[in-house]
Amino acid sequence: MARSPVKKIFLENLGRNNPVFAQVLGICSTLAVTNVLKNTVIMCLGLVFTTALSNFTVSLLRKWIPSRIRMMVEVLIIASYVIIVDIVIKATLPDISRQLGPYVGLIITNCIIMGRAEAFALSNPPGVSFADGIASGLGYSYVLLIIAFFRELLGSGAIWGISVLGEAWVNWSIMVMAPGVFFMLAIFIWIIKGVVLKQEEEKA
Amino acid sequence: MSEKAGLFAIFFSAVFTQNILLTYYLGMCSFLAVSRQVKTSLGLGMAVVFVMTFTSGLNWLVFYHILEPLELQYLRFIVFIVVIAAFVQIVEMIIERASDALYAALGIFLPLITVNCAILGVSLFMIIREQGFWESVAYGFGSGVGWMLAILAMAGIRQKMARSRVPGGLEGAGITLVIAGIMALAFMGLSGVI
Repeated sequence: MARSPVKKIFLENLGRNNPVFAQVLGICSTLAVTNVLKNTVIMCLGLVFTTALSNFTVSLLRKWIPSRIRMMVEVLIIASYVIIVDIVIKATLPDISRQLGPYVGLIITNCIIMGRAEAFALSNPPGVSFADGIASGLGYSYVLLIIAFFRELLGSGAIWGISVLGEAWVNWSIMVMAPGVFFMLAIFIWIIKGVVLKQEEEKA
Repeated sequence: MSEKAGLFAIFFSAVFTQNILLTYYLGMCSFLAVSRQVKTSLGLGMAVVFVMTFTSGLNWLVFYHILEPLELQYLRFIVFIVVIAAFVQIVEMIIERASDALYAALGIFLPLITVNCAILGVSLFMIIREQGFWESVAYGFGSGVGWMLAILAMAGIRQKMARSRVPGGLEGAGITLVIAGIMALAFMGLSGVI
């Protein structure tokens, strides 16, 4: 099948149309877990899984979903996958599951998943929708991973739980607390918009 | 008496020290999108307070009286979201019939609320904290008021800033996040109170 649309979808989601910094969507549930890199990775895996499969399912069913209640159907499909993610995390990584708390369940209301289902999966065949789900999931994940990397590094002098900055480093404890993430994301958006997007515009 | 003090403490901490938006980041999407004007923020805020208070109570009843006896706790995500959606739908219909003024003020915001993560978040937190019924209602009400407070403050600041000059890439989402960060710092200052 045509490979180029899939490739285009990936490039769009990772770059210009990135759900986080271009559309500022879906940052609700997952910002809370970016204080430690490990939790973020688990969360992102769960998110990519859910986005891809729910996109796929919605797309498979798109001809049978009555348009009046489509939101409800989408939410139910998403919720079923999130339950799978929740049970798997609970069974295999009980510690992380406790730290993540309600945020795994909150993947359901992550606007990105709903947004992709609504904007893409309802009007495209299953294969491409699946790719779109993975792409937007990854586009979201890498931003979170970058943020988590810096927050853990600055906030606790460690990466992946291993101390790297040594004894002399004074932890910026504000980074692992709530306000840190707002500043971090703001700086990130600033850099991306100021540097990367501007270059692209000049080229175009 | 002590129980009343407990309820008040839950309410107070949900409004200020553990503000659902500024410490748990819930409801960020609508917070960033709708906080341009005080008037619309007030409408959305009131709708959130209303829905949150009632759904936290409803979900408590559903969880402890239906799901737990049947050992279906793992279905809670689906059930909670259905309860919230159904509640919102019913309220919308009632308001539409009962009062035009109220419908004009709240009506358009109600559908938005179904997918507001803060509403589902409150219900999930309530289960994790193993609160009782009235505690959950107090927590839901407090979280709603806290959310409204945050979005009103943000809308006020953004309206004042409408004509200020902001560095290129920071316009829009960027500067809003910076303000949210500073607000979160301010709210953290209250954490010594309780």
